[in-house]
Amino acid sequence: MGRTNLKTCKVLNVIFKKDAFLTAAAALVAVLAVSVLAVADEAADKIADFTLSNGLELVVIPDHRAPVVTHMIWYKVGAADETPGKSGLAHFLEHLMFKGTAKHPAGQFSQVVARIGGQENAFTSYDYTAFFQRVPGEQLKTVMDFEADRMTGLQLSDDKVLPERDVILEEQNQRVANNPIARLGEQIDAALFLNSPYGRPVIGWRHEMEGLTRDDAIGFYRRFYGPNDAVVVIAGDVDPQAALKLAQDTYGKVPRRTTIVPRQRPQEPPPVAVRSLTLADPRVEQPTMQRAYLVPSFITAKKGESEALEVLAHILGSGSNSRLYTALVVDQHVAVSAGAWYDSTALDLSKFGVYGAPAPGVTLPQFEAAADAVIAQLIAKGVTPEELARSKTKLIADAVYAHDSQASMARWYGAAITTGATVNDVQHWPDRIRAVTAEQVQQAARQWLDKRRSVTGYLIKDTSPQAERRS
Amino acid sequence: MTRFATSIALALLALWVGASTASAMTIEQIVSPSGIHGWLVREHAVPLVALNYVFHGGSTQDDPLKAGTAHLTADMLDEGAGDLDSKTYHTRLEDRAIELSFDVGRDYFRGSLRTLDEHRDEAFDLLNLALTKPRFDADALERVRAQELSDLRRETTNPNNLASRSWWSTAFPGHPYGRESEGTLESMARITANDLHDYVHRVFARKELTVSIVGDIDADTAGKLIDRAFGGLPADNSLSAVPQASPSNLGRRIVIDVNVPQAVVNFGGQGIARHDPDFMTAYVVNHILGGGSFSSRLYREVREKRGLAYGVSDQLVWFRRAAVTIGGTATRGDRTADALKVIEEEIKRMAESGPTPAELDEAKAFIKGSYALSLDTSSKIAAQLSQIQIDNLGIDYIQRRNGLIDAISIEDAKRVAKRLYGGGLLVTVAGRPKGLTSGALQE
Repeated sequence: MGRTNLKTCKVLNVIFKKDAFLTAAAALVAVLAVSVLAVADEAADKIADFTLSNGLELVVIPDHRAPVVTHMIWYKVGAADETPGKSGLAHFLEHLMFKGTAKHPAGQFSQVVARIGGQENAFTSYDYTAFFQRVPGEQLKTVMDFEADRMTGLQLSDDKVLPERDVILEEQNQRVANNPIARLGEQIDAALFLNSPYGRPVIGWRHEMEGLTRDDAIGFYRRFYGPNDAVVVIAGDVDPQAALKLAQDTYGKVPRRTTIVPRQRPQEPPPVAVRSLTLADPRVEQPTMQRAYLVPSFITAKKGESEALEVLAHILGSGSNSRLYTALVVDQHVAVSAGAWYDSTALDLSKFGVYGAPAPGVTLPQFEAAADAVIAQLIAKGVTPEELARSKTKLIADAVYAHDSQASMARWYGAAITTGATVNDVQHWPDRIRAVTAEQVQQAARQWLDKRRSVTGYLIKDTSPQAERRS
Repeated sequence: MTRFATSIALALLALWVGASTASAMTIEQIVSPSGIHGWLVREHAVPLVALNYVFHGGSTQDDPLKAGTAHLTADMLDEGAGDLDSKTYHTRLEDRAIELSFDVGRDYFRGSLRTLDEHRDEAFDLLNLALTKPRFDADALERVRAQELSDLRRETTNPNNLASRSWWSTAFPGHPYGRESEGTLESMARITANDLHDYVHRVFARKELTVSIVGDIDADTAGKLIDRAFGGLPADNSLSAVPQASPSNLGRRIVIDVNVPQAVVNFGGQGIARHDPDFMTAYVVNHILGGGSFSSRLYREVREKRGLAYGVSDQLVWFRRAAVTIGGTATRGDRTADALKVIEEEIKRMAESGPTPAELDEAKAFIKGSYALSLDTSSKIAAQLSQIQIDNLGIDYIQRRNGLIDAISIEDAKRVAKRLYGGGLLVTVAGRPKGLTSGALQE
């Protein structure tokens, strides 16, 4: 949902260029590169990328440590593709995809997955909707058969649709309505994106969710679900050629969907106003600030820009050695927490976030001013070689650690490909991180951390009299 | 370096007919040069080492007036040790991308470490420093305490925390299991650096230390690494005894008023000890009622048929001195009573009639088959090996597990369902559930 955790599963199988010279700080990165390379040697030419004649893309990531596969199908459609007035529909359809087909009545797919000891789930974001199963390797064909069947065979009736609409309303309660921090995030996105559908919550606005119908869901399904906007990622104990054969025998038989066209969403105008908002909620016991800047994603960025933003986010706000934590929490004692993040996976523009909670006795404006001073300092003076090296070390090590989990690998590839990147882009991610210079990081900060590109949200306690307890 | 002859190829293969033989996992029982026991799995594919270890004595060791001591200790362990202050220590970790984590539950202190191969000596040395010479400097302590207090303040209006705290404190009044390991706003404020040192001295010891390592290393190397991390610890721990307990106040409902659109519900009752011969049967029966898949009775009745909640589940929780079943859901205030009625009826139906043979067969198949998915990364394998060790299940447990499950008969399942779910429920609700008040649950 919304911003995913993909930042934590950077990946992989990389061919490293040789550096002409190494500073002492960069030497460490080189050491790490060797271990990534060792991993790469084993997997380098094993990752396979095929396209079937009906347009379906198949990515296979062999990993034979356990006799298990992670099978994921990613559709290049998400909340950003909803018709205005139908917010939440992409996610609603994701739920309804479990309600059965002409061939397999509701519950049968899940029952089969459970019986073979598999796990399954699905998730929706702005740019993709994905379904996955984790099953024993020899059951791969079974789940591919089911998944190919529900690519076009979904059947829906109101006795299944209406209770599920109540379920997504409860999901909205759980994720957002009951959670003041999530409510603030929704308001910030709505204010940040003036024209892009990214301003609507993936879960939907409640008043629109309440009106979603069976026909809405089927209409969306028939328009957007088909082999020509699907990416199948299989990670685990499987041979690429065998996987290709299975894909041809299952997905290969599904005809193209002619209604699928390249995604063209309304684009953002240049942001010009510093925006701020305040959400008051009676449950807030710890005030917090969240800020989002409108910045390029990997696919919308110029070469190297997105990678510079990754490094910038790490130096500015990841962990206890970061600029924000050190300055605001450790040195100045004005905050109990502070950090920053960047999400590179979006088909259109993305977000860079800064957040924190002030220490007792410190106001939110005081906290914000202190955070702004840290950002201004970084823009003015840039980053140190040590910071740059440490950040790259951590980011590249994450790629090695990601190799330990086939599910993380599959997820990283799927999210990247459905937001415009290629297998090759993902494979060379650590290489591009290693190439980031201190100047690029400073330039990224100067160009993108401009308050006119941002919305700052305060979450405070609502102290006005509350309605009496209903009962 | 002595090394036990015990070296058992696990029967993971048996789970997957036709799977590649290259996928067998072998657990080696090893003893370090200084005599610390551990389990090792060699894993060649990824150049990292994952360590998981457990000390006996979690938040049960807290002085009730200083609840949260163990938890705060875990939070403070990477904030400086030996000659290294907090900043220097963190920098050492980050420069080598070494990951340390510490976690406190009621019975245990658990830790994990993940490092790239080439930095493993430094990683294990840094862990040793944290365990044997933590500094607990005043500035770091106040900074971390402020974060804890901030989290605890947030929890005071969070319905999830309110429902959960109420459930545990009502089920185990006056008992260490009734306290959350995070402590309270009041207790967290009272804890001193001396309290943290005292916890470390009492708990971090070689006695009852559990160690599991996964990596591309042999037994000799693993033994030396174990000594690097744990060699300097005292031989004996000094734990206060925890009395045996069972959940009380079953049959009661407690409603905590908090102004949220969705009420959060916890429900639960008596559980089953891990060493009880009926444990695995109870595990299967619980899976059928409210386990993790999309096919449990509660999931079907509460979510699929009625749309009353996004999630509903029930699980077995076992401590060393008590056991419970506890479940939860979250549902809109005007239908909370409906959801609870369905849940109570399903639990009653399970107690009275047990599962059907078909449900039992499907649950067995799932529980056997899905185990391999919990063993698919080095960190997960290490954590699972530690759990098997602290539960005293034996190094051949993974091999035996399918047989234990297959042996469960429908008669066993019905008998254990009655035993598990026939004892009544304690229900806590945080929110504004229409028509529900605190009091006795209706029969």
